Amino acid sequence: MIRDLKGIYIIWLRDIKRFFRDKPRLISGIARPSLYLFILGSGLSSAFGMFGGREGDWYIDFIYPGILGMIVLFTSLFSSFSIVWDREFGFLKEILVAPISRTSIVVGKALSGSTISLLQGIILFIFAPLLHIKLNFLMVFKICLLILLTSFALTSLGILIASRMKSMQGFQMIMNFLVMPMFFLSGAMFPLKDLPKWLEYLVSINPLSYSIDAIRYVMLEDKTFLAHPLLINISVISIFAVIMISAAIFVFNLTD
Amino acid sequence: MSVIISVEKLTKKFKNLIAVNQISFEVHEGEIFGFLGPNGAGKTTTINMICTLLSPTSGKAFLNGYDITKERNQVRQCIGLVFQDPSLDDWLTAKENLEFHALIYNIKSKTAKKRIDQILEIVELKDRKNDLVLNFSGGMKRRLEIARGLIHYPKVLFLDEPTLGLDPQTRNRVWEYIRNLQERENTTIFLTTHYMDEAENCDRISIIDMGKIIAIDTPENLKKKVMGDIITVETTNNKNLSKEIENKYGKKIFLYDNKIQFEVDDSERFIPQFIRESKEDILSISARKPTLDDVFLSLTGRKIRDESANSIGRMRTRMKMRRGHR
Repeated sequence: MIRDLKGIYIIWLRDIKRFFRDKPRLISGIARPSLYLFILGSGLSSAFGMFGGREGDWYIDFIYPGILGMIVLFTSLFSSFSIVWDREFGFLKEILVAPISRTSIVVGKALSGSTISLLQGIILFIFAPLLHIKLNFLMVFKICLLILLTSFALTSLGILIASRMKSMQGFQMIMNFLVMPMFFLSGAMFPLKDLPKWLEYLVSINPLSYSIDAIRYVMLEDKTFLAHPLLINISVISIFAVIMISAAIFVFNLTD
Repeated sequence: MSVIISVEKLTKKFKNLIAVNQISFEVHEGEIFGFLGPNGAGKTTTINMICTLLSPTSGKAFLNGYDITKERNQVRQCIGLVFQDPSLDDWLTAKENLEFHALIYNIKSKTAKKRIDQILEIVELKDRKNDLVLNFSGGMKRRLEIARGLIHYPKVLFLDEPTLGLDPQTRNRVWEYIRNLQERENTTIFLTTHYMDEAENCDRISIIDMGKIIAIDTPENLKKKVMGDIITVETTNNKNLSKEIENKYGKKIFLYDNKIQFEVDDSERFIPQFIRESKEDILSISARKPTLDDVFLSLTGRKIRDESANSIGRMRTRMKMRRGHR
């Protein structure tokens, strides 16, 4: 047991160290959400004003949770793809031949992905005042918990995929065919009401949409744009997390 | 001498290819065991199976009494590997790479600290211990990898081309340390190499080709059993002389580097007779005692050196690719 915990810790620690040393990744971790929030967000906000919508910065308030969700999605999946990177560059062999259980490796990576997502999320909290978004301590705390839970689930999903991927080429494909659809179908950018049936269906099977909905519940006083009760959201994400981590552990153990 | 590794009819099939075909052999505790063979012979596949990185299709193997398929983690705790392909983390420092290793192999932190300092000194990387491996040269990375394989004092140390690319001085220091380790801890060394002198140092050698073991014995015995003295002849008409040698003396000949090679029992007496009786003009002739290279060539049809050149080429290509990626 102690050995397993040690194993989880060392896998986690390595990923955290690498994160802080990877300057390009740190920068894009700030740049991408900034782009969406400040540029796209502000632009669309004015546009909605022009098209005869509501007055004020409601759109920025609306997409802020969506952008948090985007960060969690991208960071989690990218973290888990470090497995493919390690495989390509040989370090994975060093981990696999060591007397450390495959389960520890998976849990360590899921935890490090969650931690890094949280760190990225915290950067976004710092932007909040610039966008006139009000946050209080309790809100931040609840959002952090949601980020950790969602990220744990998504990183596990990433590990599941990465276990089977042999090269980095697959990575590009996954980005286009999984990650971007997941992002667009999550209600990050538009409300999930009065959508065409097919779109509504796809959104309902996207775990990220429940996560973003939950963050919106916590953050917005105006509950008109919410799709589900908070309890449903948390349940869905939790069940998804349990399924994902179990599947990831199972599949990763098959790499023997 | 007790048996530390026992392999019984180990087999690995990949779709239609039988990479390793019912291999059986034993390795004794504390010996330096050479595992030689041409590329594609099944060496790496066999080693990967024994090290629990690959599941066998059939057959069994036991390392330190543990079953490689059923007691994987116990096997892993007993072994150390120095891989042929670089497997360091470029984004950690030299010291951190070693600390990572020490942690996952369960070495107590005080002991780990001492050993890490000691081994860094031996491979002469002490002054670079806090630098990122990213900035290391190929040779430095190799030295660090060897250091890493040695810090947890495994029962069996698997060295896959360990000193490839190192200068002679470092090679000597590394081998000194390994031998030291072997004496003190009775570590068994399982070695793959293309360097003749390293192979000569083995207590026993097994030669694998096309998925099967074709010879296994001490270097001395292998040389004696497989061949006699080597005669190398150069003539104006190699083809004719070859035929003559085959027909007249019944010797199998090898053509290498435009020269004819074959073996005889007593070269001193053979040469004068041969020169007298030969129908072709002999340009040069020499005789020498066999080396492992000759044994290798005789058994597999290829020289160990040729394989060596390929290995270095491959490693260089990989290093270039790696720099391109970053």
